[in-house]
Amino acid sequence: MKLIIIDYGAGNIKSIQFAFKRLGIDAVLSDNPDEILAADKIIFPGVGEASSAMKMLKETGLDVLIPQLKQPVLGICLGMQLLCEHTEEGNTTGLGVFKTKVKRFDNHVKVPQMGWNVIKDLKSDLFKGIKENEYMYLVHSYYAEHCNETIATTDYGINYASALQHNNFYGVQFHPEKSSLAGEQILKNFLKLEVKS
Amino acid sequence: MLTKRIIPCLDIKDGRTVKGVNFVDLRDAGDPVELAKQYAAMGADELVFLDISATLEARATTLDMVMHVAEQVNIPFTVGGGISSVEHVDALLKCGADKVSINSSAVKRPDLVNELADKFGSQCVVVAIDAKQIDGNWKVHLAGGSIPTDIDLFQWAKEVEERGAGEILFTSMNHDGTKNGFANEALAKLSELLNIPIIASGGAGNVQHFVDTFKDGKADAALAASVFHYGEIAIKELKKELKKQHIEVRL
Repeated sequence: MKLIIIDYGAGNIKSIQFAFKRLGIDAVLSDNPDEILAADKIIFPGVGEASSAMKMLKETGLDVLIPQLKQPVLGICLGMQLLCEHTEEGNTTGLGVFKTKVKRFDNHVKVPQMGWNVIKDLKSDLFKGIKENEYMYLVHSYYAEHCNETIATTDYGINYASALQHNNFYGVQFHPEKSSLAGEQILKNFLKLEVKS
Repeated sequence: MLTKRIIPCLDIKDGRTVKGVNFVDLRDAGDPVELAKQYAAMGADELVFLDISATLEARATTLDMVMHVAEQVNIPFTVGGGISSVEHVDALLKCGADKVSINSSAVKRPDLVNELADKFGSQCVVVAIDAKQIDGNWKVHLAGGSIPTDIDLFQWAKEVEERGAGEILFTSMNHDGTKNGFANEALAKLSELLNIPIIASGGAGNVQHFVDTFKDGKADAALAASVFHYGEIAIKELKKELKKQHIEVRL
């Protein structure tokens, strides 16, 4: 199992690396296209601001590479949002893998949403063994709108897509690496996913 | 629904926990990693490590400790105490801290809040405010509460929100250590005034105090040290009681 965490200078990726280490997997940080293409599984992380993250992806050509990947890819937090068509954050065009848009929470809820909330309406092998209304740790100011690629939803002022799937691409708004045992189960499930051709 | 968070706070000196703890199962009560793991298993939603080391050498030890905590603990944690530069925050986040909390350094140089929010995102910038009510007015205090200033708590909290803070950790010095309950009136006012999460700190003595700070103080999270460390309140039991009183918690 060769697991790559795409390293494009965005945020805190150490936590993800440690979470896999707890599962006995050494995840490699890389921005090298050849290495990424040769991986079995790929994590696309992201913490920080969307437009500057997208700028870093463009500088390295990863914006072209990522949508072409054939292996299971898991976008986490901002990584998931960047896989969408567009985000209001910095009015940024995304990679367009998920056919949905990312908007800012209204100010009638506290922004960012910070803490543990439940995920429900689960439909994906990614959530094998995860019960409906399981708690996950979330920190975000922007959310992905529902679409027919939604595989989990969460309520925070509105009901939004807290996970998405398009073919081999998976995206989660929450942080499985910080979501206790249930989060670990999701990472384990991701490691077991196979691409259906 | 987003749940209310319970946050144990650990004081760290030279990479070790300082305040005594009363956990039966611990091999080494001074080991922050072991304590953190134990709290995570007990149902703590987050952890705060407050570095009270006095020297730079000791702070280097803290970086090492942060790395070990991140390696072994599967819930989020914040590191605070003596943080005054972008470089220091960069190092802490690279070691695996999820958030950092700044206090006196933000008062001395408010632009630090903007710099951190711009570089790392608001989500990891907690501004801790120690304040004391004097003649009816809440005044910000520095250096662990030892130096009074003329700055108004509410004005300062609003300012740091505008500068990009993602969360406020408010400690009432009138309540801290008293075990008589949190400063709910001031907390509710903060919650009304700001649109970012507020962590209540100072005054936890019993379960009802947590109920009150979530209901009356409108706090998003509650932080405590000794009641948890000495086993006076068990986190699981606390959360069960909160749930019984219709407060959303992760159980």
